[in-house]
Amino acid sequence: MRPGAERNAVPDPEHARQLLHQMLRVRRFEEKCAELYATTKIRGFLHLYIGEEAVAAGVMQALRPDDRVVATYREHGHALVRGVSAAATMAEMYGKVEGCSRGRGGSMHLFDAATRFYGGNAIVGGGLPLAVGLGLADKMQGLDSITACFFGEGAVAEGEFHESLNLAALWNLPVLFCCENNLYAMGTALARSESETDLALKAASFRVPAWPVDGMDVLAVEAAARRAALAVRSGAGPLFLELRTYRFRAHSAFDPELYRDKQEVDAWKQRDPITTFLAVMQERGILADRDVAAIEADVAREIEAAVAFAEAGTLEAVADLTRFVYSEPTAE
Amino acid sequence: MGTVTTTYREAIRAALRDALQRDPRVFLMGEDVGRYGGCFAVSKGLLQEFGPERIRDTPLSESAFVGAGIGAALGGMRPVVEIMTVNFSLLALDQIVNNAATILHMSGGQFSIPLVIRMTTGAGRQLAAQHSHSLEGWYAHIPGIKVLTPATLEDARGMLWTALQDPDPVLIFEHGSLYNMGGELPDDAGAVDIATASVRRPGRDVSLITYGGTLWKTLQAAAELASDGIEAEVLDLRTLRPLDTGAITASVSRTRRAVVIDEGWRSGSISAEIMARIIEQVFYELDAPVARVCSAEVPMPYAKHLEDAALPQVGTIVATARQVVRGHD
Repeated sequence: MRPGAERNAVPDPEHARQLLHQMLRVRRFEEKCAELYATTKIRGFLHLYIGEEAVAAGVMQALRPDDRVVATYREHGHALVRGVSAAATMAEMYGKVEGCSRGRGGSMHLFDAATRFYGGNAIVGGGLPLAVGLGLADKMQGLDSITACFFGEGAVAEGEFHESLNLAALWNLPVLFCCENNLYAMGTALARSESETDLALKAASFRVPAWPVDGMDVLAVEAAARRAALAVRSGAGPLFLELRTYRFRAHSAFDPELYRDKQEVDAWKQRDPITTFLAVMQERGILADRDVAAIEADVAREIEAAVAFAEAGTLEAVADLTRFVYSEPTAE
Repeated sequence: MGTVTTTYREAIRAALRDALQRDPRVFLMGEDVGRYGGCFAVSKGLLQEFGPERIRDTPLSESAFVGAGIGAALGGMRPVVEIMTVNFSLLALDQIVNNAATILHMSGGQFSIPLVIRMTTGAGRQLAAQHSHSLEGWYAHIPGIKVLTPATLEDARGMLWTALQDPDPVLIFEHGSLYNMGGELPDDAGAVDIATASVRRPGRDVSLITYGGTLWKTLQAAAELASDGIEAEVLDLRTLRPLDTGAITASVSRTRRAVVIDEGWRSGSISAEIMARIIEQVFYELDAPVARVCSAEVPMPYAKHLEDAALPQVGTIVATARQVVRGHD
């Protein structure tokens, strides 16, 4: 039986609340980001994850604190669910020194050593070799940590994708490749860029087991990720999850969305991972209205505090501009 | 204390062996470093001594194995990645420039990358235009990495360990024509500094500033100049980034004349950077315009006579230095 095909276990109320909480945090955080972008508080590129929250929220359930995460430039959700604080993430968007990358990375380069979050990589496919190396380090040190590497389906066109899957499989490395297939590489549909659009087939050609997963269903994602993480952690080698999802918003703030129909977007919005999850949980009596209201209130407080933290943050002194080009001597 | 007769190749191998013995986090990976023994036989025998986990043959996937080196460094290891030639390193340019050089900065100082990348550079072996270029000067353009160019047996033996102690990515360029160079090394040869240039021959009339494979041609040129009554000082830069500007300006301030010798092309080059620093900092000390001897601006040709004509040669260095010292006849 393939994960995704199986019926997902019904979560207990506490776990359901937690999943909803994580997805809503990401959703509301990013809605706030869009608002702040419009008022120019946030600049640069802003790539929103709205519509894809079930992927990060589901996969992260399967990871332990000593595992490692490599993400892309659309990584606010991954950072938040992994445990990077909303305050440090928002301060980073503001370019403040209190940001998780001291204001040197911005939206596309969130980093956090404490949660083993290795970025925020804005070169499509560029994070995959890093993940292979992190997996190699863990394996050589005899650790049973795994590395979850997120990337979009656009990355499968890059040579680094093929080189990395091959190397990870060849060396039997503990890497969980999480391909977020949202159907468009910026504005280029998969079928317009790939001669073979079956992504699982590509992974299978490297002898990497590949499981397609409904990325709009957080329980399906979680179930698949848990099984996959278990296999990867047990030394079975890398595994590839194709998480079928959809980006509701434009690619970035500069995208007029000429490449897809509004009907298509609307159809996917019917499968909104938050509202569909909520509907099922309410129907089954697992979540009540008051749970949802409490979660919304909690999320609103967290985001309000994050914005206040970012607003109150400080700008790094220009005199420190050239710090962190090379490591600074540590006090002995 | 005695000395041992060795070669540049053996000195690097000794450095690798030493590092592998001293630090269990160190491992070597690259194309044909194991069973084949290294494209230039540098790692010959290490597989038998240290096993396939630590002497790791890779597929022909420069981007993936260089990136894996970065990831392994982030994950607590001390990888030494070997790339066969500088031309092949262009396939890994994304990982070197976009990741290795940036992650410390992009992460606000949270993630350093203690990675060493070794590769062969330079011409002189009739390997034509895809195996012979000198792109170390290009790499020296990039903030966030360090660029070493060992030219002597001492540096071939000693730079690796210091590079491995460095918390940041270090690229070591080994000139292909030096591997067979023989000589004596002290029994206890070990780590050397990687931050300073070194005067290889003192002189008062002109500073010949060079590094890597052209050091030996430059020393030969200095010997010829001496027989002509010109005492040339030869400065071996050793490290192209960070550049030891103080050593350059100190030498030029003494001799008041400078010739830069670089196997790279001249346009937009490390030789141009060295000249610019001289002009910026010691212009009024100069008695003559600064000159340079570089490779001809052509992809490296195969035919021996054409390759020779494209490269800096002793005769050209002598003629250029003589002109700088004595002016036009």
